[in-house]
Parts: sequence; structure tokens; C-alpha cells
Amino acid sequence: MIFATVLAGILIIVGSVFALAAAVGLVRFPDVYSRMHAASKAGTMGSGLMMIALALIADDVATATRAAAGVVFFILTAPVAAHLVAKAAYAVGYRMWEGSVVDEMADGEGR
Amino acid sequence: MKLFIVNVLLAIAWVAVTGSFSELDLVVGFVLGMFALWLIREQVGTAGYIDRSRRVVVLALVFLWELTMSAIRVLVMVSAPRLVMRPGIIAYPLKVDRDFEITMLANLITLTPGTLSVDVSHDRRHLFIHTLDASDPDGLKQSIADGFERKIMEAFR
Repeated sequence: MIFATVLAGILIIVGSVFALAAAVGLVRFPDVYSRMHAASKAGTMGSGLMMIALALIADDVATATRAAAGVVFFILTAPVAAHLVAKAAYAVGYRMWEGSVVDEMADGEGR
Repeated sequence: MKLFIVNVLLAIAWVAVTGSFSELDLVVGFVLGMFALWLIREQVGTAGYIDRSRRVVVLALVFLWELTMSAIRVLVMVSAPRLVMRPGIIAYPLKVDRDFEITMLANLITLTPGTLSVDVSHDRRHLFIHTLDASDPDGLKQSIADGFERKIMEAFR
């Protein structure tokens, strides 16, 4: 039991670090597309780890299974959300950061 | 799919017979059921099912590993004093053509290091990917083709 508690503590700390990285990334990255990288990956990782920690130390099974389901849904939905934000941004014409090197979407037949 | 349902039924049967309904028993039942299906693979042709399950599990593990690496990479980039990135959008020529395969590939790409699916072309032949490091577009396309796309095709075809 002490092992599970310690492991959960470590997971919560590591998860918070990733969540912090996602938040800092949202501020520091130069355009909406690269910001979605930070939000979708580090964000998913951070909340996923923290929910796994919850599942480890939950007293009843119902909480643990709900936390596990939460992780699965996060992994399923975060990329879809990031993809839709990026797609919508591109459709309404948000330009990429001027340091960007290539845009094969512009010269392809994508809008 | 039919065999998967049989496998689940075997797991439920195991739980019913042992009389203790916990997650662990369900998992044990599932593994035992898979073992039973493996034993009779020659007679009922379940060899493909076992093999496919193994590849689905491998795909899931590869994906979790890639997600971890991409989160670490974001962490490193964010904490570096100077941002070093050469972002860009590349058009990836799709080999998979079924809807759920494209969806799955797009999702996996979004959660792997430095790449984010932006859109699928109208003819569904290209996937547009935003990447944080577009200095080598061809190398990136090659690594997706050899990595996730091949794993998806192995797991679902």
C-alpha cells in the first residue's frame, strides 16, 4: 500500500510538470499550430499521469475504473480537438509563424 | 471480431465458474480464453486472431511510448532558454484508405513527437501534417510510412 502511495505521489508530481510544460508552451510557442503541439501532447500526458495516480490510490473500484476511462477518453479526444483547432485556424487563414520553412498544404489542393 | 466476442464470453464463463467477479479474474479469464483459442487454432482457424491481437497490443505499446517521448520533447523545448524550431506543413501521401484507419493514423500522428494532423485532402490521398521540425520532410514521411502506417496495416488487415 505504501508502494502505491509513493508511486501515486511521483506520478502526480511528474504529471504536474507536464501540465506546467503544456501551459508554458501555450505562451512561448510562436503560432497557433505549434501551440497545439504543446497543448495536445504535454497536456494529455500530464492529465493522464495524474488520473493514473488517482486510480492507484482510489479506495473503491468504481473511482479507479472511472479514472482509467478518463485516461482513455483523454487519449481519444485530445488529438481530435487539437486537429480541429488547427484545421479551423488554417481554414480561416491564420498564417504560420514567419520562421516556418515549408507549407505543402498551400501548393497542394488543400484549401 | 467474432473471435473477440467468443474470447470475452470465455472470460465471462471463467468469472462465473470461479465465482469471484473482479477485474483481475476477468483479465485472467480473457488470457485463458485466448490460450484455449490458441490450442484449437488448427481446427477452427484462430491463428490469425492470436497473431492480430498481438499486433494490436504492439501498436498500443508503440503508441504509448511515442506519446511519452513527444511529451518529453515538448517539455525540453519549453524549458530551453531559446526556442529552436523550424515548423512547417507537409503533405503525407496516405497508403491506408479506410476511414477508421485514416482517423487512427491522424490521431497517432498528433500524439507523436513534433507532428500534428491538420487536414485530410478532399480526395483522401494526402494527410496534411504540421511539424515542429520540417527541415527534412522526406525523412519524416518515410518514418511515418515505416512506423505507424505499417503497424496499422499489420494490425487491421
